[in-house]
Amino acid sequence: MRHLLSTRDLSRDAAIHILDVAEDMADTQTREVRKLPTLRGKTVVNLFFEDSTRTRISFEAAAKRLSADVINFSAKGSSVSKGESLKDTAQTLEEMGADAVVIRHGASGAPHTLAASGWIDAGIVNAGDGTHEHPTQALLDAFTIRRCLHGSASRGRALDGVTVAIVGDILHSRVARSNVWLLSALGARTVFVGPPTLVPNHLEGWPAEVSFDLDATLATGPDVVMMLRIQSERMNDAFFPNPREYSRRWGLDDERLARLGPDTIVMHPGPMNRGLEISSRAADSPRSTVREQVANGVSARMAVLYLLLSGERED
Amino acid sequence: MSARVVLQHADISRALTRIAHEILESNRGPDDLVILGIPTRGVVLARRVARLVSEISGTGVPVGSLDVTMYRDDLSRNPTRAPSPTSIPARGLDGATVVLVDDVLYSGRTIRAALDAIGDIGRPRAVRLAALVDRGHRELPIRPDFVGKNLPSSPSERIFVRLEDVDGEESVTIEQGGV
Amino acid sequence: MSNSSFLLSGATLPDGSTADIAIADGFVVGVGDGLDSVDAIVIDAAGLQALPGLVDLHTHLREPGYEDSETVLTGTRAAAAGGFTTVFAMANTSPVADTAGLVEQELALGEASGYATVQPIGAVTTGLAGERLAELGAMASSRARVRLFSDDGFCVSDPLLMRRALEYVKAFDGAIAQHAQEPRLTVGAQMNEGEVSTRLGLAGWPAVAEEAIIARDVLLTEHVGSRLHVCHVSTAGSVEIIRWAKARGIAVTAEVTPHHLLLTDDLAESYDARFKVNPPLRSAEDVAAVREGLADGTIDIVATDHAPHPDQHKDCAWPEAANGMVGLESALSVVHSAMVETGLLDWADVARVLSSAPARIGRLDGVGAPITVGSRADVVLYDTTASRTFDVDDLAGKSANSPYVGRQLPGRVVATFHRGVPTVLDGALRPHDEVLAGQRAVVGRG
Repeated sequence: MRHLLSTRDLSRDAAIHILDVAEDMADTQTREVRKLPTLRGKTVVNLFFEDSTRTRISFEAAAKRLSADVINFSAKGSSVSKGESLKDTAQTLEEMGADAVVIRHGASGAPHTLAASGWIDAGIVNAGDGTHEHPTQALLDAFTIRRCLHGSASRGRALDGVTVAIVGDILHSRVARSNVWLLSALGARTVFVGPPTLVPNHLEGWPAEVSFDLDATLATGPDVVMMLRIQSERMNDAFFPNPREYSRRWGLDDERLARLGPDTIVMHPGPMNRGLEISSRAADSPRSTVREQVANGVSARMAVLYLLLSGERED
Repeated sequence: MSARVVLQHADISRALTRIAHEILESNRGPDDLVILGIPTRGVVLARRVARLVSEISGTGVPVGSLDVTMYRDDLSRNPTRAPSPTSIPARGLDGATVVLVDDVLYSGRTIRAALDAIGDIGRPRAVRLAALVDRGHRELPIRPDFVGKNLPSSPSERIFVRLEDVDGEESVTIEQGGV
Repeated sequence: MSNSSFLLSGATLPDGSTADIAIADGFVVGVGDGLDSVDAIVIDAAGLQALPGLVDLHTHLREPGYEDSETVLTGTRAAAAGGFTTVFAMANTSPVADTAGLVEQELALGEASGYATVQPIGAVTTGLAGERLAELGAMASSRARVRLFSDDGFCVSDPLLMRRALEYVKAFDGAIAQHAQEPRLTVGAQMNEGEVSTRLGLAGWPAVAEEAIIARDVLLTEHVGSRLHVCHVSTAGSVEIIRWAKARGIAVTAEVTPHHLLLTDDLAESYDARFKVNPPLRSAEDVAAVREGLADGTIDIVATDHAPHPDQHKDCAWPEAANGMVGLESALSVVHSAMVETGLLDWADVARVLSSAPARIGRLDGVGAPITVGSRADVVLYDTTASRTFDVDDLAGKSANSPYVGRQLPGRVVATFHRGVPTVLDGALRPHDEVLAGQRAVVGRG
């Protein structure tokens, strides 16, 4: 794998392969010594133009458990906030010998631009770009779903026949975008659920169904209910009247939680707005995989870094 | 390309039986033995050796697999390798006599990686090495404790181990170089 | 080249006939077979398409204020290279062209170039701020004789201000050239709103944000009995509204850019900011509709919206990049590809949409005339049989933000005459001192 920019490029076999390697990585994390020497001598740069402590430390843990050197480059307070361009930053990292750049950027497509630019030779991992994609989140979500369904017999399997309801602000969600392509590649069915203002109008050809009615969707018995975070900046821009109404119609409250089928799992990429899109009881219930998602995030990112940085360079 | 059969089915079985006896003899019995195969064919061989050791000694000997991919020092010289699962018997490796089993012993680098991997999992009392074929050309100070067959070879030759469980037939052949 | 007489022998005229074209002292002095070539420099135009010098109603020359992108000199060189002899310079310079003094300064910069006639466009509102009308009358009666006013880059979105502007310019036969973009519907917009923008996670610029303004403006224009020009029409819905308005007899004219005739929004999939432009590249259905609108006369003209930007404003992530593409050098080839090769326009139509009609909309007398005796000698010779991979070397301006670099385009400008002075010969720009000397000689004699 040369770069990981989007889940849309992943075939079914490639996706399963990454998840299988993530299983191997997860296995090593139960050992006495969790650090592997695999990427000794490689340098991974976490280039974060947006604050995201959770994603950064997950990548940092993944790189360190594979013995890579990690450089954290936060744009805040650095030369970048003083107007340095992405191009100059990339060229600096190139000179510093970065083998992989994990980039989080507020601008959709910034990782593509970096990968296509020729400014830097490193492998590029998209750690979330604008409202475009967040591929490693989708990988860890798929990994989590697969483990919930198949346990230790997960290796080699896809998600055929699984139905995933993704609920909330689909329009602005990079998590929803990365998930829909990956879930489709793995044979799962996706239903986007949310207010019509927050579900895109143009989904021609997308492997997703659309519902504006959460209760109706829950009544069909989805295997997974993935709740998305409602960003505070949406509250004042006429996407919905107010948080109370949003929560009543599209929140996973206690009553809806009680109506879920016995095997339905509840996911959330975090950070959660408890009481808005998800009730505390739902977040903490045994069906919730929120904490597993965090742990699995490290395994999935180890797999991605391993596949990106070991092996001869593919060009 | 000329292929020469070095070991036939019966030869392999005999070699494994002898190795099983030697393991029991050097360990003075089956106590604290753990047999670990290195994927892919080393795992098959390890299971067979463990079964033989168990039959001979009358005591079940734990067997597992140890993937060394993540410990290799040649990762960036080859296409990306897919790791294989590691499974360690429930007793763990602490205080055990671990017998590593591989099909062909060559440069010794795989075994070095395996020793590193073992170190991350536990602290065995001793680690021994069994190989079905030792073809020489070591690049590290590593030598096997139990060998099925010493097979002096030229680096241009290739050695193929085929096992019933993996390949549907059973033999060791040596072939002239060239792909 | 002190001689100012030229004979373009055997050229193909826009109507398809073949003739020699004689040029002397800045004017066309003969059109016909076997013209006398004594004292004239003969240029073999056999097999070349002669067109009246192209007129661009929508050019950003960037000077004063943004000389790192373009200057009047470099922009008019780009114009000449593309076969243009007149460009209308948009008002969004710094300072904004919103007073008589500033439009006269722009005019003077054009005269100092000589590569093309520069006709300033005045701002509608002071500083393009959309609050107070600029001194439209003063600009109209200045030496620059401004007739076209535009806040291009911004929409005159306030309906009352738009009404007043339309009413006011009636006093001097002016027109408002509207950049139709409802600002509230396009906050943070990055590209055409559709499936591609959804997939790329780029904020959408919906077609309705253009169409709503055009619908409002044609109704206002009808109400006050004025004249409206719609800049860079990009959607099928806009074409329909303008078609309806023209059928009602509303005095509306419209332009389409070359890039909206050829390129579609899926080019954004590369996140290559060369394809970022405002209004954005639209769907294939929109491209088909604007082509049809241009073919049936609903859309009157092609205008380039030539918008140079330095590399650093394009060498970045898409949402951080500037809007705009250079277009002067490639416009004729793109129209050739999108309209002529498809059979939608012939060369006489091209002469209309790229020369006579824009000059008429801009009320620029003596420009955009057909190639007949007595016309100003603005002539371009174009090799319709050529084909080339468009290259950075084909750009003559200061900036390289062309979406066509690396793309196969038909045709090639072989020669351009501006007021009888060659600005391009054998496909190459003539040196500035020679062009200036030629212009002085023409003006001196004329």
